[in-house]
Amino acid sequence: MLFYSFFKTLVGQTVTVELKNDLSVVGTLVSVDQFLNIKLDNIKVEHEDQHPHMMSVKNCFIRGSVVRYVHLPPAAIDTALLQDAARRESQQSTATAKA
Amino acid sequence: MSSFLPNHLFTTSGSLVDLLDKRLLVILRDGRKILGFLRSYDQYERIYVKDVYGDIQRGVFVIRGENVVLLGEIDNIKDDEQPLQQLPYDQVLRMQQEEAEARQQKEKVKNQLLHNQGFSVDFLETDLY
Repeated sequence: MLFYSFFKTLVGQTVTVELKNDLSVVGTLVSVDQFLNIKLDNIKVEHEDQHPHMMSVKNCFIRGSVVRYVHLPPAAIDTALLQDAARRESQQSTATAKA
Repeated sequence: MSSFLPNHLFTTSGSLVDLLDKRLLVILRDGRKILGFLRSYDQYERIYVKDVYGDIQRGVFVIRGENVVLLGEIDNIKDDEQPLQQLPYDQVLRMQQEEAEARQQKEKVKNQLLHNQGFSVDFLETDLY
């Protein structure tokens, strides 16, 4: 659940979501759920000429399973803290697996 | 798993409530775009080829979640301003077919070249995920 919590801290930031069908959507992160489904507001699509159907869409819900990358603003992330939390979580899960 | 996770974590259905009865664009995994109202009887499929589109009336669609790529809410103001041209759907279907054939032809040449270089080319254009 680490990345779910992590994405929750990024709500309100402007992010770029790249999908597996090569569609890239820039928008304000509105919400994330436990499947890492993403809701974006005020969206803009990169290479809009190739995706004409997105022209009249203002906000969207993206299914987590189709996301390839999420580009984040570097200023919004404490990478040391994230690395630390990731280590702690993996340690915790190995500890519970042994027990 | 649900026994030890607190209930408030399950927010997907909750987050879709505000899209109910709105005009939506649904992109499916096979690249199809469905336009219509979420939970209503007014849905149709729209095909796009470059800057033209055509609508096929589809009635009620029930879509399984795994086939969904994206749900987009249509902004009516933006929709009125869009410069696309609507054509009869059979005409657009023909254009789509031609475009797909041209792409397949290109893909075939590319795959042949890659194959000659010893690359594996088992990727199917129709199955994006």
